[in-house]
Amino acid sequence: MSDEILGILVGHGKLAEGLLDAVEGITGSREGLVPVDNEDLTPEALEARLLEMVGSRPAVVFVDLPSGSCAFAARRLRARHPGIAVVCGVNLPLLLDFTFHRTLPIEEILERLRDRVGVSIEYSTDADSSVPGR
Amino acid sequence: MPILLCRVDDRLIHGQVVVGWGAQSGLDYIAVVDDELAQSEWEQDLYRAGLSESVEGRFLSVAEALEAIPNWAQNAERGFILTRDIATMCQLAEHAILADIEINLGGLHDAPGRHRVLPYLFLSANDRRELERLRRLHPRVTAQDVPSARKVKLDELLESRSG
Repeated sequence: MSDEILGILVGHGKLAEGLLDAVEGITGSREGLVPVDNEDLTPEALEARLLEMVGSRPAVVFVDLPSGSCAFAARRLRARHPGIAVVCGVNLPLLLDFTFHRTLPIEEILERLRDRVGVSIEYSTDADSSVPGR
Repeated sequence: MPILLCRVDDRLIHGQVVVGWGAQSGLDYIAVVDDELAQSEWEQDLYRAGLSESVEGRFLSVAEALEAIPNWAQNAERGFILTRDIATMCQLAEHAILADIEINLGGLHDAPGRHRVLPYLFLSANDRRELERLRRLHPRVTAQDVPSARKVKLDELLESRSG
């Protein structure tokens, strides 16, 4: 357990809890992931809460908006505490990949996440006639 | 009006400001007036990291802001001015450099001694005194966290003891 990287999910509104609920629905567990929401918190209080959770462990802090208060609190923490990574633009595929690989060294985890951070956009103006209907 | 928003928000540059107020504004800059932050380059870099390339982050002491803001108000650049507390906004208002710009109370969050007045506004006795002072200096002050929310007048706010 001590070798596993902690994942902290910080988001606006109920996003963090909602994403963790989705992770649990798919994997059956939310072990190693902790949700934090920023409701009512001053920047100082949010940062203190993150620091309390991280302790001295290496951790990945997942945040939603790069320009959000959650991201700024996480960046402030990262600037002063080596071993903490900040990943902006969290989504479910990223969290699932993290969940399955959090025993790896943090550098390898981050390399995996970098490869998976993009979004997929699928669009066509024509119907594919080879696809059978239901 | 090139200065589009003049806001008190303890989170300074964050999602509501950048996205909620800023996304449709064609912003050129967001200026934070804060003596401490104006001296801390590494913190300024953190905030700049959250801005798009088209929006400049400016960080000024109160003294610098008192010189710069009257000039900004005359040029074509579109920007926001932020302070993290009411006292700093009072310092700008008492030099009458905000002209007829409405001051927006956008976020003061929970802390010891503060009580909830609105979901995004928690006020201590000292905050209330500062707001009374701000009202005397600048008549146009309202609370509103995001553009779609109801604008709450200062009178209503100060009459309220809790939300």
